[in-house]
Amino acid sequence: MEYKIVVDPVTRIEGHLRVEAVASGGVITDAISTGTMVRGIEIIVKDRDPRDVWAFVMRVCGVCTSMHGLSSVRSVENAFGIDIPHNAQMVRNIMLGTLTTRDHLVHFYQLSALDWVDIVSALKADPAEASAVARSISPLSDAYTPWGENSPGYFADVQRKVKRFLEANPDNNLFSTNRWCWGSKLYKLPPAVNLVALAHYLQALDFQREMCKIQTIFGGKNPHPNYLVGGMACAINMQDPNAINMERLNFVQQKIHEINEFVNRVYLPDAIAVLSFYPEWASIGGGVSNYLSYGDYPMGQMNELDSYLSKRGIVSGRRMDAVEEFDPMALDGLQEFVNNSWYKYSVGKNQGLHPSVGETILDYTGPTEAYQWLGPDQPYSWIKTPRYRGKAMEVGPLARLAVNCAAGDQGMLEIAGAALSRWQQMANQFNNRDCGLTYDSWFSTPGRMIARAVDASRAAHFMQVAFDSLMDNIKAGDERMFNSAKWDPSSWPADAKGYSLNEAPRGANAHYCHIHNRKIVNYQMVVPTTWNGSPRDPQGQRSPFEESLIGTPCAGIEESNPEMTLAIIRTLHSFDPCMACAVHLYDENGTIIHRINIANQ
Amino acid sequence: MTFYEELKAKGYTRRQFLKFCGIMGAMMGLRQTGVAQIVEALDTKERVHVIWEHFQECTCCSESFIRASHPLVGKILLELLSLDYDDLLMAAAGRVAEETKEASIKKHYGKYILCVEGSIPTGSYGYCTLGGRSAREIFDEEARGAAAIIAWGNCACSGCVQGAHPNPTKARPVHKLISGKPVINVQGCPPIADVMAGVITYYITFGRIPELDGMGRPKMFYARRIHDTCYRRAFFDAGLFVQSFDDENAKKGYCLYYMGCKGPNTYNSCGIIKWNDSVSYPIQSGHPCIGCAEPGYFDQEPFYEHLPSVPGIGIEATADKIGAAATVATLAGVSVHAVVTNIQKRKLIENNTEFPVKEDEVDGI
Repeated sequence: MEYKIVVDPVTRIEGHLRVEAVASGGVITDAISTGTMVRGIEIIVKDRDPRDVWAFVMRVCGVCTSMHGLSSVRSVENAFGIDIPHNAQMVRNIMLGTLTTRDHLVHFYQLSALDWVDIVSALKADPAEASAVARSISPLSDAYTPWGENSPGYFADVQRKVKRFLEANPDNNLFSTNRWCWGSKLYKLPPAVNLVALAHYLQALDFQREMCKIQTIFGGKNPHPNYLVGGMACAINMQDPNAINMERLNFVQQKIHEINEFVNRVYLPDAIAVLSFYPEWASIGGGVSNYLSYGDYPMGQMNELDSYLSKRGIVSGRRMDAVEEFDPMALDGLQEFVNNSWYKYSVGKNQGLHPSVGETILDYTGPTEAYQWLGPDQPYSWIKTPRYRGKAMEVGPLARLAVNCAAGDQGMLEIAGAALSRWQQMANQFNNRDCGLTYDSWFSTPGRMIARAVDASRAAHFMQVAFDSLMDNIKAGDERMFNSAKWDPSSWPADAKGYSLNEAPRGANAHYCHIHNRKIVNYQMVVPTTWNGSPRDPQGQRSPFEESLIGTPCAGIEESNPEMTLAIIRTLHSFDPCMACAVHLYDENGTIIHRINIANQ
Repeated sequence: MTFYEELKAKGYTRRQFLKFCGIMGAMMGLRQTGVAQIVEALDTKERVHVIWEHFQECTCCSESFIRASHPLVGKILLELLSLDYDDLLMAAAGRVAEETKEASIKKHYGKYILCVEGSIPTGSYGYCTLGGRSAREIFDEEARGAAAIIAWGNCACSGCVQGAHPNPTKARPVHKLISGKPVINVQGCPPIADVMAGVITYYITFGRIPELDGMGRPKMFYARRIHDTCYRRAFFDAGLFVQSFDDENAKKGYCLYYMGCKGPNTYNSCGIIKWNDSVSYPIQSGHPCIGCAEPGYFDQEPFYEHLPSVPGIGIEATADKIGAAATVATLAGVSVHAVVTNIQKRKLIENNTEFPVKEDEVDGI
């Protein structure tokens, strides 16, 4: 029997995502994913000073806050040929690492863990057993406080607190105690492991707050720290209390240390342990088989690709013996399509456009009253569809793992190898059988989640590398933080085009800008969730969200059962969707009316 | 169950509870008797139910909220309220999430607080839908049953970036779409976490919304310009200014007025509470304030030109007389301080002579 399932809203993500799926014969056979919200950032930055645009586009997203600001200043610097001081490059790397590690941590514990961890079951756990489990998952964490809290008393305390919470308003609390499918057979962790994960959910909620303080030191606030075209605004002066000095640097070093500790001793071991209880999922949710990573963490200038700590390239068809090159300027390379989106193109609805000549005109043809079903037969999303030479690509931590392994990056090969063997060993141990996990298991829903934890470990390491380089440079007498050569608009050419390719936490992020007579005339962003969450292209090829849902097992689950929702959101969450990023429309009628008076609002 | 009972059950001591009340009292600038009122309120009042909606937004407000600084506040806040629906954090998705919300609205009709993150598009039904319904429909329905509405951040207060010219989706802030309900505008992009905590705690404590200014902002956090609370104000008063990023004066942390700082025209607590556990705030980290707590700040660019050149600010900005007057006062300040001949200040003033104050612009006002 065939039936239809709608999940809207998909919760525990940034923004507004709707999924419609069709199930038949015990598996999901078709799915569409829809971005249901639009704002219009790209038209709004038109006619603005290019030095200001970072602040506009940073507001694309407050979860991956700072990312679009960084990409924007880099694209403007690329347009004007600005090299930035080494100190500023290292500070930007440290801030990117801060964003990436914090985002991944919050994703695992706050946004996706409840798909795999049953908090109601945690209440039945024996705290002493939980204590023993915690020690076995991460034996090192005893040595380190405050995350060494592994005593039975600690777990009993967590249990007591959460019990009270779940029992208050059981019909309508944040965990929908009486309504969600807690206790379902889809939740497979033993009570003690559920309790450990729940305790770490609470610890991570505390710790994430500490992580972002690094961005506050250099950028003044978080979310939405400040960036600057030409470098960074936070001047260094080792002899003054009013600048980046020894106290500020010590603070940053301390946080980098704590982040490395938490990621390597708590997050990565937890991710592997939790997902080891679900070996059957290691062949579910793989999706498309091409992976794109732009690379990031430059130790030199942005055009010195060899200096990137994370590499650029494409892995096609999961073939790990070669990395293909990505050409940012080939007009037939990177293209965005709108055939299934609520936009139109001057060149027709089925033609793709490179972002350097990109255009988008809003063309909403969807329902104009409450609706039950959108379906794939007409445009169904605010997200455009990017392709590289016609191919759908997955971007994000799994793509970074694949590209860096294929490129032979030693650091990535080592940690990915160690993570896989630990995953194999724990899965076999927990399930009392050979679960048959192989290298191919990476390309699955749990593989993607473990790849994210591996990625966090790499990012934490890169932060230390960048910090060490920053200190060496300051020791060598270089305290520069800003290149003022092209700050004055009179120094700019009449016409300039630029781009930047970066790795956001969720994957490959491209910004293209066209500056004419000192103002932005065209600005296009092709961001990670656009790659992953887009509708199908003119060839009918699905993008990663839709493709990865095909084959999700749902035999014996009634259509109205929340278990059906759970099966779907497990895979969706593994991508860490970020919808506000994915949708950024252009113009409604293509004409500038006049500048709105600020008193108008 | 009252807040104190809840805490007791969670294993907090009476002393920790009183410390929490003290911190909240200090943040709100209350005297001892005020703190006693907080203690009494939290001791005896029921928890407040909250529905938290996300419309046209970037989630930075929620992200800020979970960064609340003082550990006790951060730990308790999610529990102090009964946060019945928030699609960022809640476990359930799809229909179960919606049912959970509907049940709460029905049960606490007329009593819950509706928190809105994001603006509401009025251009087309399809610009923002949730569960197949438009943001506008959902907002209208939920606003009707709310005791009060908290508009989080610049999006919900004044439209933020999507409301900037030419506002393609016709994004509207909360207060433009509802009347007859108390609306608290908690400004900023995002608001400071501890400001968000303070607003909620005030409501629970006193059972009423805090005193608001003419723009609907709580006075306790938005009554002072950043300029008046800035630790670099002394350099402004002494006429010592940064003239280029990373110059000698930037390395000494002088005033960022000439780099385009909007502190003189922005009302927020950045200079007092600061950000992320008081680690820093934009000016302390060397970047001028971009005025993110003011309506229409994205149409006040270019950001890096100082106030007299910014369209809409200055004598012609009659819409906001207070703001205009403040701006004039600021400029007069620049002028006066540039000619101060106080001997003790002479050395400092000399330092400033390579960057003379642009008198012509001051006269132009």
